[in-house]
Amino acid sequence: MTTTQDPYAGSRETTEGRVYTVTGGDWDVTLGADLQGAERLVVNMGPQHPSTHGVLRLVLDLEGETVTKARVVIGYLHTGIEKNTEYRNWVQGTTFVTRMDYLAPLFNETGYCLAVEKLLGIEAPQRAQTIRVLVLELNRIASHLVALATFGMEMGALTGMTNGFREREMILDLLEEITGLRMNHAYVRPGGLAQDLPEGSVEHIREFLEVMPKRVADFHRLLTGQPIWQARLKDAGYLDVTGCVALGVTGPILRAAGLPWDLRKVEPYLGYGTYDFEVPTADTCDAWGRYLVRMAEVNESLKLIAQALDRLEPGPVMVEDRKIAWPAQLSLGADGMGNSLEHVKNIMGQSMEALIHHFKLVTEGFRVPAGQVYVPIESPRGELGYHVVSDGSTRPWRVHVRDPSFVNLQATAAMSEGGMIADVIAAIASIDPVMGGVDR
Amino acid sequence: MSNDGGEVLPGRTEAGYGDATAPSGGFRKGAFGVTGSGDTSGFGGLVRVEPGGAVALHSTERPYGGYFDEVTDALIEAVGQATYDAAVQRVLVDRGEITYFVAREHLLTLVHALRDDDALRFELCSSVSGVDYLDSGGPAVTPGRPRLHVVLHLTSMTYRRRVRLEVAVTAEDPHVPSVTGIYPTADWHERETFDMFGIVFDGHPALTRILMPDDWDGHPQRKDYPLGGVPVEYHDATIPPPDTRRAYR
Repeated sequence: MTTTQDPYAGSRETTEGRVYTVTGGDWDVTLGADLQGAERLVVNMGPQHPSTHGVLRLVLDLEGETVTKARVVIGYLHTGIEKNTEYRNWVQGTTFVTRMDYLAPLFNETGYCLAVEKLLGIEAPQRAQTIRVLVLELNRIASHLVALATFGMEMGALTGMTNGFREREMILDLLEEITGLRMNHAYVRPGGLAQDLPEGSVEHIREFLEVMPKRVADFHRLLTGQPIWQARLKDAGYLDVTGCVALGVTGPILRAAGLPWDLRKVEPYLGYGTYDFEVPTADTCDAWGRYLVRMAEVNESLKLIAQALDRLEPGPVMVEDRKIAWPAQLSLGADGMGNSLEHVKNIMGQSMEALIHHFKLVTEGFRVPAGQVYVPIESPRGELGYHVVSDGSTRPWRVHVRDPSFVNLQATAAMSEGGMIADVIAAIASIDPVMGGVDR
Repeated sequence: MSNDGGEVLPGRTEAGYGDATAPSGGFRKGAFGVTGSGDTSGFGGLVRVEPGGAVALHSTERPYGGYFDEVTDALIEAVGQATYDAAVQRVLVDRGEITYFVAREHLLTLVHALRDDDALRFELCSSVSGVDYLDSGGPAVTPGRPRLHVVLHLTSMTYRRRVRLEVAVTAEDPHVPSVTGIYPTADWHERETFDMFGIVFDGHPALTRILMPDDWDGHPQRKDYPLGGVPVEYHDATIPPPDTRRAYR
């Protein structure tokens, strides 16, 4: 093709210079002479498409309505978070990783902090661990609700979407009350939590626990029994246990294939081993099973939240070690959230040493002994692993995140090749990838 | 500042820094990004292990403790003592995790055994990633130093065990055999590691960039990848790149 004349981009001269009018793709040229198979069609779906769950791009080879080849292109949301953490101190890392899988921010924070704590050889106090379980399970419900909501939207069940986001809003309100932010909380910190639960939040969570089971029942009434919903989901995106393990797929997809693999049970952390909850499974290996597993997991999370609330005992939410614990407590002042007034009074007016300590810890941070750890936790999408390397300095040498969305998305081709194009949407919606986590 | 920067990486034990019995490595003085005078922080006399000290050089002695001995014995039985000795350069048990440092020629033999042997059964490859142990604080990069590490995390769902394999290669010859034939899930992991570190996985079916644009130059997560500064408008100044800013080390 010449560069001077493009049949698909006519041009005209104006006083502002040459203006091109682009009219369409040139598939004849792209595909060359391979037009004997006249039915073959290459469809480029995304990265800006309402059904691809974010900036995901699919290149689909179609024969009629059958998908013969599905290729997944990612990287449109790559923000270099892993690299960025290498130039910030250990505490600041929390604020970066929370932005990866933005629907499960607290899982990112907790995974990262557990890894840093393992490197440091410390353990957060009991109350901090219980509150972590509490907020994690709230976050899990919120994440599953978005999974269901977007599932509904992509399957054409729009009420599912509006209901899902409405229910999620209740949780976001709770998380906002607890952490100060709806998303990207930076609430979990190495050694504990940024701050304790505010007054009244326990009551609000209990109110939520009253309401939510009814809403789950509503979901079942709205979707589970619905023939269209069943027809769209059943047998779509089939992947059995062998396929899941070979492709590294974990989380609800693996459990919907029948394997009760949940890191909260098999490799308990944060004391999950002492809580009473089930690992829901299904044996259908398809989008329908994944939907049912997620719905059941919402109920299990509600059980976990209730137990965590009962276990809350007064105590510190940060390790005693003053060389690691953040020096200040946050409090709400007339001009917004900030260091508490007592703390400011102390460091500015009373204790020079406290000021030095605050300054050193905030600007320099603490040192983490050299070494590497891999800490996996069960995020709403599967195994979220943090491989963290320290060289003994105040900043991470390397933070690698094994994001479950990234790995699970590899299963797209296995799930959708040979099926109908409409089932591709069901398959991807049932994987529930979050592109912030995939691309990092 | 003394740093031999050669084949020998700085080492440390789990006990702490400056262990006289540890293999000697490069040392850096001070705790702040100013060399020479000007350090009023009081930390000027501090001597620390150089970055790169994250790779402890010593090998843990048997018994390793926990299930690590069982796994190692099963692995030796599966591949044979001779192959094991040739393949595993050293074993490190740290913070309740075991790392086998593996020669790349024998990587696939070991991984095959780890997945297929009845006593091992590491069915799931949790993660493949890279780490660049470039010595950022020391002298210029010494060629021939195995600074790029490929780290594999394998999970046995049957026995609920985890092991880590680590392969070190030089930046001049960054070739590692691909494990995609054994673990299909390694496909994207290896593409990402190639994209970010420039490690070439021989035998990978389509080793292309995955996160960065196809026509991108360089491998961004290498430690010597240049970072951009930010020009400050109207002030004729530039905020320096993060790695050259005044910072605590």
